[in-house]
Amino acid sequence: MNVIDISHLSFAYDKEFILEDINLAVGKHDFLAIIGPNGGGKSTLLKLILGIYKPKSGTVRVLGKEPSKEISHIGYVPQNTNINIDFPIKVIEVVMMGHVGGKRPLFGYGKDEKACAMGALAQVGMEAYAEYKIGSLSGGQRQRVMIARALCAHPSILILDEPTSSIDVAGQRDIYELLKTLAKQITIIVVSHDISVILEYANKVAHINRTLSYHDISNKEATFHTHHPKGHFCEVELLQMLGSDDYQSCNIEKTPKWRSKK
Amino acid sequence: MIEALSFEFIQHALIAGGLVSLAAGIIGSLIIVNRMVFLAGGIAHASYGGIGLAIFLGLPVFLGASLFAVGSALLISVLTLRKRERIDTFIGLIWAVGMAIGVIFIDITPGYHVDMMSYLFGSILAVSTEDLYFMGILLGIILFVMFFWYRDILAVSYDSEYAALRGVNVRFFYTFILVLSALTVVIAIKVVGLILVIAMLTIPVYIAEKLSTSLGKMMLYAGLISMFFTYIGLWFSYSYNLTSGASIIIVSALCLGLFLLINHTKNT
Repeated sequence: MNVIDISHLSFAYDKEFILEDINLAVGKHDFLAIIGPNGGGKSTLLKLILGIYKPKSGTVRVLGKEPSKEISHIGYVPQNTNINIDFPIKVIEVVMMGHVGGKRPLFGYGKDEKACAMGALAQVGMEAYAEYKIGSLSGGQRQRVMIARALCAHPSILILDEPTSSIDVAGQRDIYELLKTLAKQITIIVVSHDISVILEYANKVAHINRTLSYHDISNKEATFHTHHPKGHFCEVELLQMLGSDDYQSCNIEKTPKWRSKK
Repeated sequence: MIEALSFEFIQHALIAGGLVSLAAGIIGSLIIVNRMVFLAGGIAHASYGGIGLAIFLGLPVFLGASLFAVGSALLISVLTLRKRERIDTFIGLIWAVGMAIGVIFIDITPGYHVDMMSYLFGSILAVSTEDLYFMGILLGIILFVMFFWYRDILAVSYDSEYAALRGVNVRFFYTFILVLSALTVVIAIKVVGLILVIAMLTIPVYIAEKLSTSLGKMMLYAGLISMFFTYIGLWFSYSYNLTSGASIIIVSALCLGLFLLINHTKNT
């Protein structure tokens, strides 16, 4: 069964459609990158998957059910983790916010909840910082804490909105390495502008600009013939992919389609 | 100085100062971390309308002020949750209209007018036993709420979008924080007056925030710091025959200046 099934989804805030006839199936072991221009509908699609918005037409199914019913299976890392830096709160308290309702002690946090939060921190390599004030961490460390918060509820899907927008290049790579490790167990969906990095780690790509085009890039060498392993994608490679209707044709074409079109 | 403590009005002033300081520390912390300072200012000034109405109808002033403060808190809550854009305009409106209503009611009240200055700048030396009960009960409610719903309030204050995704009723807690702020503003009016109430809700909290690693500690420190400022201010007020509310605020501001200076030299 697919983890996420979206069929014939359309959505509009007012009259103009932001998303039109979106079809997308995300498998259990996918590391999906959602890319596309600003205002193209990336974040809107995320909010539909999270059940914050309801589709105008079509359906979104998470683990076969309505998204709002499966919210505890979705871990979400919001876009801006630099909010409220001055807020007096410890790392461990931020992580414990990830616990979903259900059974809870009369006041404060349960021992099991604390242990679970420490486990999530260990998963992202931040357990030594549990008692630190959140504002004293670097951007990359804070991002890890937010991932731990999302992992706290033991989700089967982890959704990240622009996870590296405020982190330096070395920190970005660390975050993606972490996501790669996590992807062995859970489904990862990342919305990102840094396509040069994200394409390195993702195995599926959805490009969204009102409509969706889907690419399987599990096999990097075959897809991007000039690509060096471990390197960033250069702009030419990216253009090759984005500009062609079927990027796999890049392999056989002498002149890539994007060039011959113009 | 010691003989002053035998006067009942001084004892009342000290108890009131302590109760209000603790409440202001807790609620002020929530106001600061939720960026509601302007909202609290609006509520404080709107409550003047209730004071005017209460005097006109011959009702207890606390009752009128509470009604207007809670009413404007609910109105602000609806406006912020429904109409995010231009919210500051509407709060400014509530702020001014509330004051205007109060002034008109006092104008049309026949006979001798009580000293309205005491509501604007506080009258901690005129605290009645009923006032103390009201303050004590409110502090009790605040402590009860903080004890049992700390994690929800923390989640809403730190990251309301995420709290909503985790099933916390953000609208409810947001409104609740505003209503508690309104009631705290009403009791703080007695101590420092409605013009100065914002200083009491912010200055100790600002210092406490820099010293704390958690919201709970921030509330506790803010309460204690506020209590310290209140007592020092009262001492000045008593010794030099100055207005108590203004003395408390000036002491707070001077201490804040000192704190910033020490912090600055430590960092350089």
